[in-house]
Amino acid sequence: MANGLVIKDLHVNVGEREILKGISLSVEPGKVHAIMGPNGSGKSTLAHVISGRPGYEVTGGSVEFNGVDVLEMEPEERAAAGLFLAFQYPVEIPGVTNTVFLKTALNAQRKARGEAEMDPMAFLKFLRDKAKLLQLRDEMLKRPLNVGFSGGEKKRNEMLQMAVLEPKLAILDETDSGLDIDALRIVAEGVNAQRSPERSFLVITHYQRLLDYIVPDVVHVLAHGRIVETGDADLARRLEKTGYADYTPAA
Amino acid sequence: MASSTETVETVNELTGAYKYGFVTDIETDFSPVGLSEETVRFISARKNEPEWLLDWRLKALALWRKMEEPRWAMVSYPAIDYQGLHYYAAPKAKTDGPKSLDEVDPELLSTYEKLGIPLKEQEILAGVVAVDAVFDSVSVATTYKAKLEEKGVIFCSFSEAVQRVPDLVRKYLGSVVPQGDNYFACLNSAVFSDGSFVFIPKGVRCPMELSTYFRINAQNTGQFERTLIVAEEGAYVSYLEGCTAPQRDEHQLHAAVVELVALDDAEIKYSTVQNWYPGDVEGKGGVYNFVTKRGACRGKRSKISWTQVETGSAVTWKYPSCILQGDDSVGEFYSVAITNNAQQADTGTKMIHIGKNTRSTIVSKGIAAGRSDNTYRGLVRVLAGAEGARNYSQCDSLLIGDKSGAHTVPYIESRTPFSTLEHEATTARISDDQLFLCRQRGLSPEEAVALIVNGFCKEVLQNLPMEFAVEAQKLVGISLEGSVG
Ligand SMILES: Nc1ncnc2c1ncn2[C@@H]1O[C@H](COP(=O)(O)OP(=O)(O)O)[C@@H](O)[C@H]1O
Ligand SMILES: [Mg+2]
Repeated sequence: MANGLVIKDLHVNVGEREILKGISLSVEPGKVHAIMGPNGSGKSTLAHVISGRPGYEVTGGSVEFNGVDVLEMEPEERAAAGLFLAFQYPVEIPGVTNTVFLKTALNAQRKARGEAEMDPMAFLKFLRDKAKLLQLRDEMLKRPLNVGFSGGEKKRNEMLQMAVLEPKLAILDETDSGLDIDALRIVAEGVNAQRSPERSFLVITHYQRLLDYIVPDVVHVLAHGRIVETGDADLARRLEKTGYADYTPAA
Repeated sequence: MASSTETVETVNELTGAYKYGFVTDIETDFSPVGLSEETVRFISARKNEPEWLLDWRLKALALWRKMEEPRWAMVSYPAIDYQGLHYYAAPKAKTDGPKSLDEVDPELLSTYEKLGIPLKEQEILAGVVAVDAVFDSVSVATTYKAKLEEKGVIFCSFSEAVQRVPDLVRKYLGSVVPQGDNYFACLNSAVFSDGSFVFIPKGVRCPMELSTYFRINAQNTGQFERTLIVAEEGAYVSYLEGCTAPQRDEHQLHAAVVELVALDDAEIKYSTVQNWYPGDVEGKGGVYNFVTKRGACRGKRSKISWTQVETGSAVTWKYPSCILQGDDSVGEFYSVAITNNAQQADTGTKMIHIGKNTRSTIVSKGIAAGRSDNTYRGLVRVLAGAEGARNYSQCDSLLIGDKSGAHTVPYIESRTPFSTLEHEATTARISDDQLFLCRQRGLSPEEAVALIVNGFCKEVLQNLPMEFAVEAQKLVGISLEGSVG
């Protein structure tokens, strides 16, 4: 059932504390949804729970992707099923080059899906083409993953990983934060180039700025663990003026 | 198919726990159990050794009896019953030693096939590797001999060298590791059974990688091989040893000695991929690996480079060292030591700077998972005359889980103010964030650990000969199975 991501009444605890307090959300294939909200409202928590990061306790609700319960799946199984998370804070892996990392990841996913591994030479060409689109120099492909990368390079590198892995649903967790306007434009172009009727996006951002370049179909406002408002691209523009002050904690 | 591809494929096929744990059913000729003058005479007689060598062994035995087992390493193991072991075990042959592969027991050949060793004649003719295979205590087949001999290179079993070139053996045996050097080397000197001998004459660049595979098969048997490599003026050789042992519940003792001699402008590159049986998860069984490896850079501008990948054994006690005697000589030590479950490793190197402008480099990567303990122990000593000596040491540890231990024990002594010594050490842990990143991109926890650890060890692994680097990378992953998740 290719109905995309369906989240129903999702409750999540970290330790004793409830962070997500009943989230419901559906992202259909081909659509771009944005999630905006103040710091600490639970945006990263939502992204992590969808992708299966350990350390969170789901106390209620469900998350399905194309009709399959993803909460029952290992993180790597979710990846092979087409879920991708661009991290807010990308980590370093010393000694593992970008190229080796991506080749290993792509082949692991292909293997899990019962597909043949990619020919090494074909992969290199494929990788270089993707890197060019994101204006990443070939030299960056030979460097260890994220080691010594600038903030902007790390974020563009997340987009490179997305481009190579070709997911069905990509979650971008504040990929725009810390980017100057040129880098922002490159990232947005990278995303727009990937938009297709089969691929959906969940774009998490604190600022409206990114949404000038990646125009969303739907915008949600997340505050204090709840979706407090849902609208179209105009909602984002309105928030730019008013800020999040209107969304006071629920009593 | 290239032999190396086959080796890699064999490793590829391997899944689950220790892959080399099978036992070969073969008739074996043992020495009487226990260690005595009789045992030493038995071994010497079996090998038809000259009088001087028997005397050399007996002198070692006398010295050993006065020595105490060392206890300073960060390893603990129950007392070894030296009188309960066999000191010599040889597969019984139809004739006295095979002349060609046709005469080698097919059971043996199939064992080597399982181990992925390219023994088959046609491969050897096409191949890049000459192999000397040591099964328990004796050398089974030394391949590719003729091609090497054209160049004047001698590559044969130690026993054969004693018969063929006794003067060379006598000249160099014990000249780097004397009989009384340490407890385990002394024991080896008394009872060593076989090993490899390599001689590269003046000005010759050995045309291929030389390699030896050691295999312990027989039960309740110690393995004491002895390897001697001599590179004359301007000679070059790259040598690789690989080791496996069957899975047995009781411990197996392995006390080897390796001596290297490099004369003026000679270079010896010695690589080890050690994958002896490590014991089970609880620490039952496994090989006790007490090894003395030392190279003498006797000549000016000579160079000795050790690269080791240590993944096996229950207990590892091993310090491949360089004595930098010749002016401008160079010593290198690149090491990856992985311990998992209940394994213990205390390993490192000694660099002794004697000549002027001698240089040494130490790169050690220790990885500890499970409840294991992993210690780097290294000595850099610069003697008074070694003006201009330089050493660079880098010791990195990587911890997996929270029950393993990594320790770094560097000793640095300099008796000249005109030396430059640098030491760097780091300890890191595989973070949850790194693991999750890899899993989010599609890797299983085990694949993630293998990838991260291979990245951590890269500087060392890339020093291995090409054909073995891939195999070593797989081994790194295999030996850490079960360490996460
Ligand atoms: N592992 C954690 N341990 C404790 N508190 C956490 C953890 N992860 C998130 N939180 C808390 O949950 C809330 C939401 O965090 P987060 O999802 O990172 O918000 P956002 O991404 O919207 O800034 C914050 O109050 C944060 O402190
Ligand atoms: Mg966040």
